[in-house]
Amino acid sequence: MSKIKNAFGKGKALIAYITGGDPNIETTGRLIRAIAAAGADLIEIGIPFSDPIAEGPVIQGASARALAAGCTTDRLFDLVMELRKDLETPLLFMTYANPVFAYGTERFMQRSAAAGIDGLIIPDTPYEEREEFAGACRQYGIDLLSMVAPTSADRVRQIGKAAEGFLYCVSSLGVTGVRTKLTDEIASVIKIVREESDLPCAIGFGISTPEQAKQMAAYADGVIIGSAIVKLIAEYGENSIEPVAAYIAQIKKAITEQ
Amino acid sequence: MRKGRFSQYGGQYAPETMMGALQELEREYRRWRNDPTFEAELAALLKNYAGRPSLLYYAEKMTRDLGGAKIYLKREDLNHTGSHKINNVLGQTLLAKKMGKTRVIAETGAGQHGVATATAAALMDMECEVFMGKEDTARQALNVYRMQLLGAKVHPVTSGTQTLKDAVNETMRAWVTRIADTHYVLGSVMGPHPFPTIVRDYQRIIGAEIKAQILAAEGKLPAAILACVGGGSNAIGAFYDFITDQSVRLIGCEAAGRGVDTAETAATIATGKVGIFHGMKSLFCQDDFGQIAPVYSISAGLDYPGIGPEHAMLWEKGRAEYVPVTDDEAVAAFEYLSRTEGIIPAIESAHAVAHAMTIAKEMTPEQIIVINLSGRGDKDVAAIARYKGVSLYE
Repeated sequence: MSKIKNAFGKGKALIAYITGGDPNIETTGRLIRAIAAAGADLIEIGIPFSDPIAEGPVIQGASARALAAGCTTDRLFDLVMELRKDLETPLLFMTYANPVFAYGTERFMQRSAAAGIDGLIIPDTPYEEREEFAGACRQYGIDLLSMVAPTSADRVRQIGKAAEGFLYCVSSLGVTGVRTKLTDEIASVIKIVREESDLPCAIGFGISTPEQAKQMAAYADGVIIGSAIVKLIAEYGENSIEPVAAYIAQIKKAITEQ
Repeated sequence: MRKGRFSQYGGQYAPETMMGALQELEREYRRWRNDPTFEAELAALLKNYAGRPSLLYYAEKMTRDLGGAKIYLKREDLNHTGSHKINNVLGQTLLAKKMGKTRVIAETGAGQHGVATATAAALMDMECEVFMGKEDTARQALNVYRMQLLGAKVHPVTSGTQTLKDAVNETMRAWVTRIADTHYVLGSVMGPHPFPTIVRDYQRIIGAEIKAQILAAEGKLPAAILACVGGGSNAIGAFYDFITDQSVRLIGCEAAGRGVDTAETAATIATGKVGIFHGMKSLFCQDDFGQIAPVYSISAGLDYPGIGPEHAMLWEKGRAEYVPVTDDEAVAAFEYLSRTEGIIPAIESAHAVAHAMTIAKEMTPEQIIVINLSGRGDKDVAAIARYKGVSLYE
């Protein structure tokens, strides 16, 4: 059983996303430790990409800041290597197809595995193109995560069957970012997935408040929070450790109270 | 399983939120493509509304002046809205209508595709929103107003380099945000499957007409066909029916900007490498870590860091050649064609004219060159004046 799947063993899981290198690599390292200590069960580190088409303005801004500050794929490998000396929390990379492909898919997986990365999310690589990266992921023991959306329709079953780690369930249409209102349209999709797979399901896109986290956690095994954290980092920069840790603790508490 | 491939290129590297719409589009496209009613409706629109077939004009003065190959111009600039973009837009908007969509969205660089989409939307009673890089809204301010006149809403895109690639990013984001009633009228032979195939099929009428027209006029095939290439829709349209005619050289002219040895270029084949972006595997201008490069060209329509996957395949197989043409060369050709033939070409198309001027001289009078004049240059007059340091009262 993968380390990622294991992270769902202790009640509802909280998955936190931050963009690597925003505002700088050093702060990203401190943030990851603080987020883990505050109760996140899994942490997604975004490798910034120049053109993140699945992201809303908040994460677009973070990617641009990180790249401007000199963040590269190599520097994030080094950071993860350093963190792994004492950090147990499962870590995922989230990035677009091109940074992985340009690095050399096999070399990317080899370095990810060596650094201690457990899984990979590539939002512009759907089920149909999975094999572009799946072989190298298998070879180096990296879980390649899959996403389902309310519009996945009859593809849900095949996606569910192929998925690894946990299934990333997109709450609603659109790009990443805070939504004032969330519907339960993904709940019926998760029901279908459950018939095909015993993989944990986590819901992401648009969750920001403890109430929303609690509402979504009821339909799934965990929730994914990104833009709300990145927004705090944008606001507080190098001083964002405390507000982010406090926010993580608050969300963790909300989903644990089920 | 590996659908929509042109050898290793193409594919469907799209977010999960877009996949349902892409599959619906593929299904509906297959359903309507051979439907006689649809074909008749589209043919009527192309004839009566767009003004097809476009002329194949013998550029006699240019031919005499250059003293080499016999030069013909395929006059896509004479289409309604002033470029080849209308061919694809009428096809896709009619398809969207059949699919029950009520809203179309589009990206635009120079504004040609945006204007064409706004036009078709007005004609077919569809809501229309166009995304255009903020820098391009300044370069092509008149086209912004044209789109608004036609009833479209224009969104200036302020992210990234504020040009065509960012307009594509933003249109993709807008599409996944409101997908049920909306069709994305993608403007070039790029993006995730099935777009490169659909757009090529709607543009191949250019090459089909060239073939019939040149055979009627000359009784033989041309030695070469030239077209400018950004994403590559006018080029693939002109090339497609000649791919199996091995004697016909297919030459795509890329925007080299200030030169392929500078950072200010958009010549993808000359300076890019294989990558995955905007839904497709193809060639892209990028850095060592796969970050997409901020490209540059005087031509907003060619100012794109990638190339359509079918072009990447034709290049790899050696079936088509791709050459870089600089801003300076394109501007010189823009002025040359204006003065020699009384035809002001789009600055995009001027890239193809420029390369034709180079190779025509080295060819014989028995050989024929066809230049695809993809659009007219009215939109570029102010920008060329600025480039030449002429101040205009606008």
